[in-house]
Amino acid sequence: MQIYLPIAEMSVNVFLLLGMGGAIGFLSGLFGVGGGFLMTPLLIFIGVPPAVAVGTEANQIVASSVSGVLAHWRRGNVDLKMGTVLMVGGFAGSTLGVVLFKVLRSLGQIDLVISLSYVIFLGIIGALMLVESLRSIRRRKAAAAQRRKLHQHTWIHGLPLKMRFRRSKLYISALMPFGVGFLVGILAAIMGVGGGFIMVPAMIYLLGMPTSVVIGTSLFQIIFVTANVTFLQAYANQTVDVVLALLLLTGAVIGAQFGARAGARLQGEQLRGLLAVMVLLVCAKLFFDLLVTPEDIYTLGVVH
Amino acid sequence: MAGRIICARHALGLAVLLSVIGVHGGAWADSLVADLSQRLVAITTGFAGTNVLLFGAVDGQGDVVVVVRGPDRPVTMRRKGRVLGIWANTAQMTFERAPSFYAVASSRPLQEVAPPSVLARHELGVGALRLELAPAKASPNVAKEWRSGLIRNFQRAGLYSREERPITFLGNRLFRVELHLPANVPTGAYQAVTYLLRDGEVLSAQTMPLFVSKVGAEAYIYDFAVRHSAYYGLIAIAIALMAGWLAHLAFRKA
Repeated sequence: MQIYLPIAEMSVNVFLLLGMGGAIGFLSGLFGVGGGFLMTPLLIFIGVPPAVAVGTEANQIVASSVSGVLAHWRRGNVDLKMGTVLMVGGFAGSTLGVVLFKVLRSLGQIDLVISLSYVIFLGIIGALMLVESLRSIRRRKAAAAQRRKLHQHTWIHGLPLKMRFRRSKLYISALMPFGVGFLVGILAAIMGVGGGFIMVPAMIYLLGMPTSVVIGTSLFQIIFVTANVTFLQAYANQTVDVVLALLLLTGAVIGAQFGARAGARLQGEQLRGLLAVMVLLVCAKLFFDLLVTPEDIYTLGVVH
Repeated sequence: MAGRIICARHALGLAVLLSVIGVHGGAWADSLVADLSQRLVAITTGFAGTNVLLFGAVDGQGDVVVVVRGPDRPVTMRRKGRVLGIWANTAQMTFERAPSFYAVASSRPLQEVAPPSVLARHELGVGALRLELAPAKASPNVAKEWRSGLIRNFQRAGLYSREERPITFLGNRLFRVELHLPANVPTGAYQAVTYLLRDGEVLSAQTMPLFVSKVGAEAYIYDFAVRHSAYYGLIAIAIALMAGWLAHLAFRKA
């Protein structure tokens, strides 16, 4: 059954979209990630214009983050204060990101920047996660866990504007979460992702937040950042396709349920290792596409 | 169902044409009558491309060429080059006008129908399209490369014909051809032009308008997104919030 997408201006099979939503939803439920970093490249791959893929995916992530955060909220895993500071940074960053997106698009470099951002960030995060999960699997076998220092003082603690974050048990400069939010906001706008896959490691390793509140807080701020991206992309570029977003969402909601159930049966390290492999595969594919000689060196830019 | 209606209209149209030609046959030397099965292509929710039937009759011998052309638009093309081993867009060029859609059908291969000068004058065939870059922007050789790049891209998108479709004749006078408009067909005011040629010269031509437009929910959503983009953005967010909340409720039950 074909459906014509009003903003993407193309005809796509409904079941393909539901299936894609379902598959990515399954993975996001399994690994506890948003899935935007898989969905946006996939949408571009089936022929959705990159600008529409990014704008629409932001819209879809609003929905999936809301359903995710409500569950964490009930368990008290959201640090509101931290989330708010991250969100303020995220608002500023994503606004700048949408402006950058528009400029790069008119220069004809947006596709390259999207691909390069994916290659760089997926490459770094995937490699780190893989090393980490391999190490922890090995450590578990050795059963000689070395205890990490609970708190280390670095230059980060010398920054001004210190703030107390009760739930995260932190007393750090507000500039840190603001900066993290800002940078992830830019990436969210350009890459069409929530940014959880960058935000979560940054919160753990850079800010030193306890793992229990990381996901809930990250989801909380992702709602606002992706809502901001949705609004600005819709307003400035008219690249948000609600029909496409709704179809992907329907599949994703169902897929996420099965994913979460499957995830409960696997071990944390194994899950992280699997996710790392998948992230690296997407990265390798995008990198390969940049290197391989294109079918035609002339491409259609803007049809006015 | 739709096919049957088209067939019925087709038959009716032919009957009318026949009677017209039957009555005026002698007086209408070198004349041409044609019509389209539909004047409006409606892009609805289920739109997956459509065929438009063009049919007609000619008086006397000759070749028939049919061109369906979408509205002209400026088109920006980009060229990739290797930068540090990576393929990136390194140049761009804007054509002032290029048809957004171009399909051609002919009763014989175009080269046999008319000399290149005539094909060029009437822009018959993809090779004869007038796609010009300002001489200041590109030398003729470079312009030729960009031009064929544009044509290849439009052909890959299914928006320009790769080769002319054959026009079938029923008897000596009646002809028909089905032209395909793909799912990604641009909207706007199209022209379907039927040419009658003999000995390499155009004897007569008939132009018919054809409108391609979004209708129903598709048109409404698109218009709303363009005209009230701020509200559209807010509604998109509201829908997403609602959907997320509903998903949460469903989750909790499970």
